[in-house]
Amino acid sequence: MRRRRTNPLLLLVVVLGAAVMFFPFLWTVITSVSPGAGLSATPSLPENPSMAAYAELFENTPFARVIANSVGLAVAQTLLQLLTSSLAAYAFSRLQFPGRGVVFAIYLATMMVPIQVLIVPLFVQMRDLGLVDTYLGVLLPGIASAFGVFLLRQAMNQVPRELDEAATLDGAGHFRIFSTIVLPLVGPTLATLTVFSFMSSWNSFLWPLIILRSEELKTLPLALAGLQGQYTTQWDVMMAGSVVSIIPMLAIYVFAQKYVIQGVASSGIK
Amino acid sequence: MSVTDQPRRRIPGRAGRRLRYALVVLAFLLPSAVPMAMFTIYPMFGALWVSLHKWNLLSPMEWVGLGNYAKLLQDPDTLNAFGNTFYYILGYLPLVYVGGLALALALNQALPLRGLLRSVYFLPVVTSWIVVALIWRWLLNPEVGIVNAALGLFGIDGPGWWTDPTWAMPSIILASAWKDLGFVMIILLAGLQAIPQDLYEAATVDGAGWWRRLFNITLPMLTPSTFFVIVISLINGFQVFDQVYAMTGGGPAGASTVVVQQIYDLTFRYSRAGEAAALSWLLFVLVLVVTIIQIRGQKRWVNYA
Repeated sequence: MRRRRTNPLLLLVVVLGAAVMFFPFLWTVITSVSPGAGLSATPSLPENPSMAAYAELFENTPFARVIANSVGLAVAQTLLQLLTSSLAAYAFSRLQFPGRGVVFAIYLATMMVPIQVLIVPLFVQMRDLGLVDTYLGVLLPGIASAFGVFLLRQAMNQVPRELDEAATLDGAGHFRIFSTIVLPLVGPTLATLTVFSFMSSWNSFLWPLIILRSEELKTLPLALAGLQGQYTTQWDVMMAGSVVSIIPMLAIYVFAQKYVIQGVASSGIK
Repeated sequence: MSVTDQPRRRIPGRAGRRLRYALVVLAFLLPSAVPMAMFTIYPMFGALWVSLHKWNLLSPMEWVGLGNYAKLLQDPDTLNAFGNTFYYILGYLPLVYVGGLALALALNQALPLRGLLRSVYFLPVVTSWIVVALIWRWLLNPEVGIVNAALGLFGIDGPGWWTDPTWAMPSIILASAWKDLGFVMIILLAGLQAIPQDLYEAATVDGAGWWRRLFNITLPMLTPSTFFVIVISLINGFQVFDQVYAMTGGGPAGASTVVVQQIYDLTFRYSRAGEAAALSWLLFVLVLVVTIIQIRGQKRWVNYA
């Protein structure tokens, strides 16, 4: 394959586009270190940058607790979804059972149900279970992910079946084949699902808004919405909260980035 | 190891083997099937049951049969909500697909800092709508926003964006396309990388230019990813809510009220939970039908190698 030289015009366009994409984030960071910043059409560098907004955030609001809540819930949801999705994906990819196609179609159909549709019955259900205003109440509806099952099944279908057959001849059962052969080979897709799963928990707004009441259980998006109500004119504090909320998600993406494209590709979506 | 080595060890009968296999299947399936049944499918049918009643969330439910559905179909607000949702999809989908395709084509080339550039374009995807909406309400602020300031440089008097009924939906479409561009780019990049290079080499030998290769090789070979992007974008488009809620709350004067915003308002603002549930079932059936039509129709235009 010949390696073509970079087209400078293309590079210019892509870099300019990236600058346009990145500008709002840059402005967010700059505003967060500009005490007393207001709204202005021409953002400028602060004359005396300070971390006062961050100090305000952590001293006068329970922001540290809020971050811990969000991290805990996102880690729990991600681990649970990775486990339940990979197990189900293996069943749909490798096991024969009556009604397999129908069950898979039902899984896919649940992707088309907006959470808003379920909110009222789910809330009633959680109230009956006594789980309103608990971590478990936030977490339970997110244990399984139809999207995750779909993505991993596609990836597992690409794993050659000869590998299973060889292992079966060696006396391996399905759990051995699952954990030692199939799972390691869909690593990039697991990384992809980790990003999407963490992201969906980290950014989810409506369900936590409805199920959580106590200040000490609140998650980041709720706290940010609260800040936007509480500090309506203190843009530095609102933006400091925004910056803090983006960083962990960004770290996860940068860490997993290498695998994400590969993971999407190997899921056979192509 | 042969069977004769351990003649008296349990030799399972056919029924025993089948039972064992069934238990294996259940062990793999139940950890996802039970939560899905309890927290998605059961509440869905709960919503169906609610949709057949008049209910204000507090007093006992009152059976009205299909009354809520009949009422909704005559309600101009329903028509408005579906109209706005279609408006959103028609504006958002071409924008995000063409933009995402152009980006994927560009960032599939050998470029310096390619990884960093891809990350920058993906950054909005991982950012919460609460933050993105705050940023875009500033960018598109009619008085002090940078977009209108930039338009002013060209002598254009910028519109009122999200504060103006005519421009509220375009504002939401613009912000949504900006946020999702990176997601579409990643899917299409994965698709581009699966296209065999020798196709391009053969075409170049035959003297095909860039546009010919784009239309005769890239786009046809990319149809499976395009199909995935369209299916997912339509599902998400019909369910659009977070950005509407955070940017305009459906306003001004219902100008950007989409179906899910209407479901939310009916439930939590007007306490008409029965009608809200009926509307959510109408939406679900619509999405299901649209998706099935797409899956049925894919053979006509999607090339699976």
